[in-house]
Amino acid sequence: MKITRKAFLRIAGGSVLAAGAGKLVKAISDVAPPPAAVSGSKSTAEGGRATTQRWGMAIDFEKCRKGCDDCIRACRLAHNVPRIPDSAHEVKWIWEEPYEKVFPSQRTDYGRQDLAGSQLPVLCNHCADPPCVRVCPTQATWKRDDGIVMMDYHRCIGCRYCMVACPYGSRSFNWFDPRPYIKPLNSQLPTRTKGVVEKCNFCEERLADGLLPACVEACPQKALVFGNLNDKDSAVRQTLRARYAVQRQPELGTEPSVFYLV
Amino acid sequence: MLDKAMAGGRRYWSWMAFLLLLAAAGFVCYCRQLSYGLGITGMSRDVNWGIYVAQFTFFVGIAASAVMVVLPYYLHDVKQFGKITILGEFLAIAAVIMCMLFIFVDMGQPLRVFNVLFYPTLHSMMFWDMLSLGGYLLLNAVISSVMLDCEFKHVPPPRWLRPVVLFSIPWAISIHTVTAFLYNGLPGRSLWFTAILAPRFLASAFASGPALLILLCLLLRRLTSFDAGNEVIRRLGIIVAYAMTVNVFFLLLELFTALYSHVPDHGEAFKYLFVGLEGKRPLAPYMWLSVGMAGAALVALLVPSFRKNQRVLALASVFVFVSLWLEKGMGLIVAGFVPSPLGAVTTYAPTGPELGIVLGVWAIGALVLTVFYKVTISIREAS
Repeated sequence: MKITRKAFLRIAGGSVLAAGAGKLVKAISDVAPPPAAVSGSKSTAEGGRATTQRWGMAIDFEKCRKGCDDCIRACRLAHNVPRIPDSAHEVKWIWEEPYEKVFPSQRTDYGRQDLAGSQLPVLCNHCADPPCVRVCPTQATWKRDDGIVMMDYHRCIGCRYCMVACPYGSRSFNWFDPRPYIKPLNSQLPTRTKGVVEKCNFCEERLADGLLPACVEACPQKALVFGNLNDKDSAVRQTLRARYAVQRQPELGTEPSVFYLV
Repeated sequence: MLDKAMAGGRRYWSWMAFLLLLAAAGFVCYCRQLSYGLGITGMSRDVNWGIYVAQFTFFVGIAASAVMVVLPYYLHDVKQFGKITILGEFLAIAAVIMCMLFIFVDMGQPLRVFNVLFYPTLHSMMFWDMLSLGGYLLLNAVISSVMLDCEFKHVPPPRWLRPVVLFSIPWAISIHTVTAFLYNGLPGRSLWFTAILAPRFLASAFASGPALLILLCLLLRRLTSFDAGNEVIRRLGIIVAYAMTVNVFFLLLELFTALYSHVPDHGEAFKYLFVGLEGKRPLAPYMWLSVGMAGAALVALLVPSFRKNQRVLALASVFVFVSLWLEKGMGLIVAGFVPSPLGAVTTYAPTGPELGIVLGVWAIGALVLTVFYKVTISIREAS
């Protein structure tokens, strides 16, 4: 049988398609399991009283001192977060925003005047139902069993769909190589490359060692309370029981794990 | 058959050289973006997507609109459209290729593009969009190549082709529906958070696509031996008139809900589009231009004596295309990011290299379309 060029191309194209389709069918049938939790240990700062874990934070803005940025600086050091002067391309894990931007639906026209303009720390809310995880086309961002919303910088394709989906603006994209802007650079810690998204990870590597997140540890006022939201005796639960607390935009159904104490 | 694209006159080759030059310039810009990062564009922390994704959205519409010539021919037996179904399908192929390129150039880590296939994620609309666009490309490639082959050999198309064509009709609807789902399922993006987004996308697609086809038919008549015929152009004009009317109606429905309710979240993005927020109104001139062109086009399309005049119809088609290009290929996507989740009103403007890349993608689309049309017309001339 004589194979013409056209016939050859047809067969070749067909086989490539068939191979691709096979791969796809296989992939759909065993819907890729979420990447295994990086930290296997469930033990931690809170001990093993609760059977399940959901890390959470309460931020007491009565205690938060004006002008203090110890938490932000500790975070930068702990994660090699770059300081990019150009606000359009900044990379931020924990940072400050004015009260009325953090809680846009809370008007301060007639209420406490001291709240207007006061700065609050904001970070990834590690939502129980995170829209960023829902939209990511590669599962480069996923939610761990302990509630931490994680990022795989090596899988991220840089489509920024997670940033579009995050209703809190908690995610940052590396619009260019961040390394020249990391000062001081800690060579013991990982850095990110251009073209991937990054954000707060609740210091999962410190939690694995039984340490509190860097920002919580650094706060001189103890304004950040951290712990297991599923453990009714945890420090964060005790704080939330004692004080009135609000989440950012709870009406969106994302169920943030970060609370603000009024 | 592709050899037919290799034989052409001076005008044909100048046009091809021009497009290749533009594509090469776009490629140079892309290399710069690849080495520096997406910081070379006008996008930012607050405006995460810009003209690449906006143009992607617009051209998904152009791709889907092929159904507006396929459906009348196959379901309503509009015989005259038999001549141009293949033009519609080739337009769809060129548009889908452009869509894929626009997404590719928007990626921060383009070499990892296959991660979308390695880790298929059923809860991500981007995965479904890739499947629907890829499937649509395949369907149109099969249909148009078989049709062309049959024309070449003077045989009727095989019987199995008809069900494939019929299958491509709902598939065309699906590509633009899933593209709308990329946007309208996101909490906190009020401009897009509307169930009418998919119908709006389809209405604007069915206006802009056939408008472009009218212009292409008129151009082919002037430049080549191919004449689609006045009846085809007249019918396409009616399709554009209906679709554009529905599109404007849908937009007014959106404006009513957003502005009458006085819910700040819903009104702010529209205010940003048309009058500006915090004194920043970068999109307003373009949006008003879009509105003006849409209005003028509607008058021209709805008054029968205007529409029947082919010069007026051509002008109306240009207006429809440009108006929707501004509204959907720029405004709708960019304004979705204003104000940002933290209330910032950040201006986005595409940079030089960014526009260079966009022009490059356009050139590649035009190149693909030119080659396909050239082959088709050469085959028809020979028979």
